[in-house]
Amino acid sequence: MYISSSKLLTTIAVAALGISSFSGCKPKSAQAAAGGDAGKAYVAPGKYDEFYNIVSGGFNGQVAVYGIPSGRLFRIIPVFSQSTESGYGYSEETKPMLNTSHGFVPWDDQHHISLSQTKGEHDGRWAFANGNNTPRLARIDLSTFRTAEILEIPNSAGNHASPFITENSEYVVAATRFSVPLDDQNGDVPINTYKENFKGSISFVSINQTSGEMNIAFQIRTPGVNFDLSRAGKGKSHGWFFFSCYNSEKANTLLEVNASARDKDFIMAVNWKKAEEYVKAGKAKKQAVSYAHNVYDENSHTATSTLKKEVLVLDPADCPDMLYMIPCPKSPHGTDTDPTGEYIVASGKLAATIPVFSFTKIQQAIAAKTFDGAYDGIPVIKYEAALYGEVPKPGLGPLHTEFDGKGNAYTSMFVSSEIVKWNIKDLKVLDRVPTYYSIGHLSVPGGPTAKPHGKYMIAYNKITKDRYLPTGPELTQSAQLFDISGDKMKLILDFPTTGEPHYAEAIPASMLMKKQRKIYKIEENTHPYAAKGEGKTKVERKGNQVHVWMTAIRSHLTPDNIEGVRVGDEVYFHLTNLEQDWDVPHGLAIKGANNAEILVMPGETQTLKFTAERAGMYPFYCTDFCSALHQEMQGYLRVSPAGSNVALAFSTGTNKPATTTGDSSKTKTTKP
Amino acid sequence: MKRKQIWIIALIVSVTGTLVSCIDKTPTSKEPLDLQELTKNQQEEHGTLVTAADVQLTTPLNAAWVTEGKAIYDVKCQSCHKLTDEKLVGPGWTGLTKRRAPEWIINMITNVDIMLEKDPEAQRMLEECLVRMPNQSLTKDDARKVLEFQRSNDGEK
Repeated sequence: MYISSSKLLTTIAVAALGISSFSGCKPKSAQAAAGGDAGKAYVAPGKYDEFYNIVSGGFNGQVAVYGIPSGRLFRIIPVFSQSTESGYGYSEETKPMLNTSHGFVPWDDQHHISLSQTKGEHDGRWAFANGNNTPRLARIDLSTFRTAEILEIPNSAGNHASPFITENSEYVVAATRFSVPLDDQNGDVPINTYKENFKGSISFVSINQTSGEMNIAFQIRTPGVNFDLSRAGKGKSHGWFFFSCYNSEKANTLLEVNASARDKDFIMAVNWKKAEEYVKAGKAKKQAVSYAHNVYDENSHTATSTLKKEVLVLDPADCPDMLYMIPCPKSPHGTDTDPTGEYIVASGKLAATIPVFSFTKIQQAIAAKTFDGAYDGIPVIKYEAALYGEVPKPGLGPLHTEFDGKGNAYTSMFVSSEIVKWNIKDLKVLDRVPTYYSIGHLSVPGGPTAKPHGKYMIAYNKITKDRYLPTGPELTQSAQLFDISGDKMKLILDFPTTGEPHYAEAIPASMLMKKQRKIYKIEENTHPYAAKGEGKTKVERKGNQVHVWMTAIRSHLTPDNIEGVRVGDEVYFHLTNLEQDWDVPHGLAIKGANNAEILVMPGETQTLKFTAERAGMYPFYCTDFCSALHQEMQGYLRVSPAGSNVALAFSTGTNKPATTTGDSSKTKTTKP
Repeated sequence: MKRKQIWIIALIVSVTGTLVSCIDKTPTSKEPLDLQELTKNQQEEHGTLVTAADVQLTTPLNAAWVTEGKAIYDVKCQSCHKLTDEKLVGPGWTGLTKRRAPEWIINMITNVDIMLEKDPEAQRMLEECLVRMPNQSLTKDDARKVLEFQRSNDGEK
């Protein structure tokens, strides 16, 4: 049959029009939905992501930084765990960061992130991170993405309900997950004396608004429950803090069963303004404890660790109107305040509903003393008196809720593996999407603040199973990105994450990009072993310690020939990177070192310790590809037997006369 | 031919129309900065190249600048440049102020990326040395002091 070319074109055009109209807007399945919106996660080469996603590292003890919406990994910031890559926790300068009252603790379990706030909004100054195992708090500087400070928390074990922050960054909190005998008590007691000997503890850590430095302002002694999560009040509820508690049964064994016996556990409401008044009035008692405070100095490029010996403690028995318990079904995990500060959403892991408490009603109940007895002397507010309402049948295992600033809440459901979107006012469920698989926390950019940025939501899933190419028994972690700009949540990207992310925050890229530090000024380097210029390089012996003032610049190390080191010597390579340009780190590694490399940023000095254990030749080299002649950036350390009389000598660019003994040259020359 | 064009246009319009209608109309959260503009704004911070008119040479030398220039040299330049005519990583400095114009030297110090991109002499030096001269984060004032030290190194009083 003959069809004219114009008719054929018409037919094709009509068909194309039809197809495009149909396929354009109405995807038929979940698969098509994801496919159709995938472009929203695409960030073209050379273009920037909209958000930094600051993500907890879980059991790797670090904090990771991803781009949103691309899911690209930018950096892993060493925080509570040693990092072989940067030398953090291996270099002499950074080892003190991991000091604790228990000595050097090179690992922790990092769960939650809080970004600093001003007037309830992100201000882009600092990120705070908790160490769960050996209780610690860390502060990360968001202009360097480096750990600036770590503070150990006394009277605590399992710093889980942490590091939640107040709306002007007055305090970050650290509430203990395990109740324990207090640090000044004998801990060597039978475990089944729990009810008698074990106490809970909440630390209010103040933040210096200029330097960011953390200080334990006071602690509040609490009954021996377990604290899980927390949020500060904001707006009208500013001055209050809300903590979820489980194990109100005070069980000390098989908590899976024994801490799930009661119908309700508690949300503990803390009036921290009141607590401040009590501290001012001298109600706090000094308690003898020991905890480490570690601060990194950006000019000396060195951390110092100080053991502090005292903490101020408030006992609720002396401080009426400071603490209240709100009954909450059942083993609550997340307790989250909405952007207005009026609603407190409690997610009871084992509950069939999501209770939403009203700050106004809580205040009325306190004023009218609508109490239902007391728990260890702390007034228990009647459930109905505090309750705004319950979200009916939201799903199974509600864990954590965030907000989009448009009146909606998003709650993660671990057991039913989904996210449920609901309206805060009428508590009606609006939408639900499955997650793959078993979501833990979720994160909306600015979700915990008074002004959420919205637009996206990230799910941090606990189970990966078949979601990615399998890699043996151990799999990558699974995050999923949703577009929440419309009425329906849309899956737009799966991305793998490292460690095991728990909670995360996201902040607009435009708030951090312009303030990024590019170099450390060599003029400002106050490191005692800095060699500011090749003329300052030298090698000195102090007993069995040999100190090398070494410089690196594209592409040589000075000195690069070192002789006169003897077996048993401790050699300290103090490497100063003389570069003053962005993105030109130099690294240093030496054969046989029982240590990691060091990676040294422009203008910085870091120290690699090497112990000479047997005689021989030890090559060292730059590990960070720096120029076309990077491969040539190398040198030798000669190690002679103990008692040898080979003189200390060092040079670059000089071939000395061959000697086996008594080379007397001590001065550095650069004559070829 | 005309009909064909019309249909192609119709097709383009309809496809575009359909796509546009799918773009989410909900307003995105306010963005104070155009983020993608920032992709172009990450350049060197030293600004524009200096010209011959920007550099005044005076005699006798400014003794304070010579001293300060030497101090900067010790920290930031010495690793690669000797004060003799001997090449190390980069060329030795003897005779430098006779070979190069003052503004060329200052631009090379403060705007090395632009020089390596545009200046044939700078490019020739890169082919010879194979290591890009680093940006050592000197201000124009710093560079001027280094130039004074270089003049002193070349025997000027």
